[in-house]
Amino acid sequence: MSVLTLFLIIFVLFVLIRIVPGNPFPVERMSAEMILQKRAELGLDKPILIQFVDYMSMLLQGSFGNGTSLYNGAPIKPIMMICLENSFKIGVLSILFGTAAGLFLGIIAALNRGKFLDGLCTVVSILGVCIPSYVFMIFLQYFFSYKISFFPYFFDASRFLFSSIMPALSLSLFAIATVARFTRNEMIEVMNSDYVKLAEAKGLYGFELMRKHVLRNALIPVVTVIAPLVVGLLTGAMVTEKIYGINGVGKLMVDAIAGEGVDYNYVLALSIVFSALYIGIMLLLDILYGIIDPRIRLTAKEAA
Amino acid sequence: MEKNYTPTADDFEFISDRDLSVDLNFASQGYWKGVAIHFFRSKLAVAGVIIVSLIILFAILAPIFSSYSYQEIVSVNSAAGKEIVAKSLPPQFGDGSAQNLFSDKTFLFGTDDMGRDLWTRTWQGARVSLIIAFVAILIDMIIGTSYGLISGYFGGHVDNILQRFIEIAGSIPTLVIISILAIFMEKGIGLVIVSLLLTEWIGMSKIARAECLKLKEREYVLASRTLGAGSFHIIFKQILPNTIGPIITQVMFSIPVAIFTEAFLSFVGVGIVLPQCSLGSLIEAGFNNITVLPYQILPPISVLALLMLGFNLIGDGFREALAPKIENM
Repeated sequence: MSVLTLFLIIFVLFVLIRIVPGNPFPVERMSAEMILQKRAELGLDKPILIQFVDYMSMLLQGSFGNGTSLYNGAPIKPIMMICLENSFKIGVLSILFGTAAGLFLGIIAALNRGKFLDGLCTVVSILGVCIPSYVFMIFLQYFFSYKISFFPYFFDASRFLFSSIMPALSLSLFAIATVARFTRNEMIEVMNSDYVKLAEAKGLYGFELMRKHVLRNALIPVVTVIAPLVVGLLTGAMVTEKIYGINGVGKLMVDAIAGEGVDYNYVLALSIVFSALYIGIMLLLDILYGIIDPRIRLTAKEAA
Repeated sequence: MEKNYTPTADDFEFISDRDLSVDLNFASQGYWKGVAIHFFRSKLAVAGVIIVSLIILFAILAPIFSSYSYQEIVSVNSAAGKEIVAKSLPPQFGDGSAQNLFSDKTFLFGTDDMGRDLWTRTWQGARVSLIIAFVAILIDMIIGTSYGLISGYFGGHVDNILQRFIEIAGSIPTLVIISILAIFMEKGIGLVIVSLLLTEWIGMSKIARAECLKLKEREYVLASRTLGAGSFHIIFKQILPNTIGPIITQVMFSIPVAIFTEAFLSFVGVGIVLPQCSLGSLIEAGFNNITVLPYQILPPISVLALLMLGFNLIGDGFREALAPKIENM
């Protein structure tokens, strides 16, 4: 199903980009014959379906069509690999940190329900959800990098860990807030359930109870909120990369669409990568879901 | 004694003066009245309403009453007859304390690096952002709700096909949709609205469908059908009014998303183009000067944050009010 969806998406993207009005060649500088020749060279004179089959076969071999930018002839694949690596590292860092911190805050809040710590966590999560992450980002950068110049102002790939603290932290704020809020509510619900009361009545307490009965059940819905968060990271990355000057996929995409002219090859390649990542992550979370909750795995087996 | 005596109010009297307290939670009351009472009891929700109404009020009034227009470049002629532009001035209040040629002029938020009044521009930007959000979400609401209700009501093959379509449409990342749109359309308000239209309706339709699945088994729907009502009459006259609550909640949560999307698009440079302004484009302009002129980014970014906070608080309050939990009563 995922593969089919991805295939459909690539097809739609491809057709959309091929039928877009306009001409990728500078008409005033090229004669009609030159354009025709160039079109034949790039394979643009063939029917769209044939072009699509060609593109797909190249894609399966691991290259994106002709593999170069329309404007400066820069090869797509190596550039994209570097950018992907940067974005990926920061994305993973922030999602790991965000989830861990969010879980921690949520668990603390649920265990201290109604007390001061709970209130504090609620305020943090409301602010984190409501205030856009790039507001935080700009302020963090202004104070920690400019006013007291502790952290580097811009991202620097040679000092990866140190210079990615700020972007990853600001990217993860939304994740922290959402995860904390969700964890707290789920924990409270599970802690009031009959089976936890039963376990308590049987003499189970403390860490064992938390790990075996509460957390395991409370975490299932939390996994579902992580999925949209991962996706949000993609968009968040565009802003982060602009603010911290990171050479990443978000910046690449912005350059491709907001620059002088739209670079179709880049847009197509990046769109395919984004969609594939997105669908891949969804699939991964589905599998993760089954690992955490045996009921889902078992019913799925029965159905099959 | 008269046979047809009509009792008047004077015939009765209270047995005592004590307050007759009525239990608001359990007394019989209209649905919306109950929702309103619960809503206004939440302090956070009221704070949200106040924040949002103040910003809307300013967004409507400030550009009208300002002495400058939002694209006007303020300048004076100096003694030498040269035109001097009020570039990048910090906030000043027109009381003559500012040490510049514009000391008699008021710039509450200062001016930007082109010499335009930031007070006017901020509120004009808030206006543009709000208009975009409201228009986009309103259309989304109409499309999403109809789609979800039809899918949920008819079920079977119709539902299956419509849901597969949503599944595929929903697995295209927003970023990709925006990029493709950027190829087809001119940058500007239109691009922002269309990209919001294409992405936000899915959530709306999921909620409408879930509500519809719950409601279509109710007796009153059966009664209507028995009396010969057509499907579309049942969907839009019988079911739709009962799904309004959850849909409004979703709208309240979608508006900040829309405002944020606009700000984000304008910030990365595919949204609003100059001399038009929105909160996003103002933040972008301020960000470019943040180390030198930090006061330029403060007003738009605060308005953006407050606006999103306000709408989220209202949404939260509304959700609570629609489904009050026992513990909150």
